[in-house]
Amino acid sequence: MRKPSASAIALALIPFAAMCFSVSLWDRVEPMLFGLPFNLCWLIGWIVLTPLCMAWAYRIEAARNASGGGS
Amino acid sequence: MSPAAICLVTILLIVGVGAAVGFLAGVRRRMDLEQWTVAGRGFGVLLVFVLMAGEVYTTFSFLGLSSWTYSRGGPTLYALAYLTLAYVVSFFILPEIWEVGRRHGMQTQSDFFRVRYGNRFLTALVCIVGIAALVVYLQLQITGIGIIVSIASFDGIGRTPAMAIALILLVGFVFAGGVRAVAWVSVIKDALMLIAALAIGIGMPLLYFGGVGPMFAALAAARPAHLTMPGATPNLGHAWYVSTVLLTSLGFYMWPHFFGAAFTARSADTLRRNAVVMPLYTLSLAFIFFAGFTAVLVVPGLSNGELALLTLVRQSFPPWFLGVVGGAGVLTAMVPAAIFILTASTLFAKNLYRPLVAPVMSDDQVARLARGTVVVLGSISLCLAVFTSTTLVYLLLIGYAGVSQFFPGVVLGLYWPRVTTPAVVTGLVTGVTTAVFLMLTHRDPWFGVNAGFLALCLNFLLVVVVSLLSPVPNSTANASSDIFELRPSVG
Repeated sequence: MRKPSASAIALALIPFAAMCFSVSLWDRVEPMLFGLPFNLCWLIGWIVLTPLCMAWAYRIEAARNASGGGS
Repeated sequence: MSPAAICLVTILLIVGVGAAVGFLAGVRRRMDLEQWTVAGRGFGVLLVFVLMAGEVYTTFSFLGLSSWTYSRGGPTLYALAYLTLAYVVSFFILPEIWEVGRRHGMQTQSDFFRVRYGNRFLTALVCIVGIAALVVYLQLQITGIGIIVSIASFDGIGRTPAMAIALILLVGFVFAGGVRAVAWVSVIKDALMLIAALAIGIGMPLLYFGGVGPMFAALAAARPAHLTMPGATPNLGHAWYVSTVLLTSLGFYMWPHFFGAAFTARSADTLRRNAVVMPLYTLSLAFIFFAGFTAVLVVPGLSNGELALLTLVRQSFPPWFLGVVGGAGVLTAMVPAAIFILTASTLFAKNLYRPLVAPVMSDDQVARLARGTVVVLGSISLCLAVFTSTTLVYLLLIGYAGVSQFFPGVVLGLYWPRVTTPAVVTGLVTGVTTAVFLMLTHRDPWFGVNAGFLALCLNFLLVVVVSLLSPVPNSTANASSDIFELRPSVG
């Protein structure tokens, strides 16, 4: 099996760091943003940002598939 | 008509339309095993999207999450994180699983283990753990339908008869069309769910507080601790959050039915594109959170948090709207339930009964046995739903503690040629035993950490250590570029 590229994995770790490991940094009510508690707003923000990270990873993997002859 | 009658007729109409669409989708095709389980591997991005979304947004997200938001608060946020991160994980594993699945004609998760490890004991073990976890997930859906119908009937229909009716509808639905029916009904169900979620999540705060912002401001003033972790719980803090998000996002695609769903895709690229866009769907869950938090202030003191969402709807909106929400909720339970029961019965007939008891069965006989098993497994879930009482969210976490134990076997099986069968068996048995032991002895969370996650760590460690202790496979085998070709195909 072809292993995924290191840069794609690094991009995938960004949402993990933001939504999971760093919880104690953002799990708070204040400051409220857009009328939402900070922790809820933070997670919603990252739900939107995660597809951007993964779209970038997709482009990297697609380019590799094109040049490297597939899996 | 009485409010209860209006409400129930609306639900019945919605479920009837859903079932009719499912029936029409399935009726024109001959149902062999390949059609029934993976729909001939012909689904494009859109159908795979609705099929997978249909399996993601279940009674758990609808009633379970609103209930936890209401009764526990902050820790419920784990759901937003884990669903998003599960798609990130899927980006790396689903296309690879699809690739080997196509090459070896796999239809189920156990097929994967059979081809990769070539060991009947391991295959049977994976099968049994998978079926057990699916029955728990099925129980969750049936319990959910029972709650919806009894509230919608203004307590005129008891929970138990409601659940029995749900099961009969479900079995008919599955017999009619297999996986293709489910994908098409998902489209209706998701549209209704989105409308209901928006109406409730925006409408309720607007009605009682003049908007989402003022609602949160009121809640932050009255119960600020409810909005953060550990919320209203003694022990669901940050360690629990991190371990639970890891367990569930890694375990997400270990559910046997997601293997099946992945095999319905037309290409590996379909799955990779899906993984990129799917997180956006998680946004719809935010509205369920709004509704749950609103209920904290508007209908405080309910003994059963699972009634919170529907009680709120019932006292705020006309009966026909409660019917629409209830109908959406029933479809939301039935669509995934159909998939679970379909997957579990196929696993039983194809990967447990045939190899162990009757190796000479034809595919058609297996398909027939699978249909019979649907009734048996449905009845078991119904009994569990009637006789045990566990919260919806906790039922799902029990299931996750089980299926996530497949993770080392699947991921190391895909990427690491050295992993051995005895290592995977050791890890799986230890992982499942540890998880079951900790949960049954009420040690979940254990020192603040999710019990299933502890079991998964132990499992992973054992698989790696035992594999490294085994002799290196001979060099001719290493020369093969496909580790799935190393072993002779059996069964």
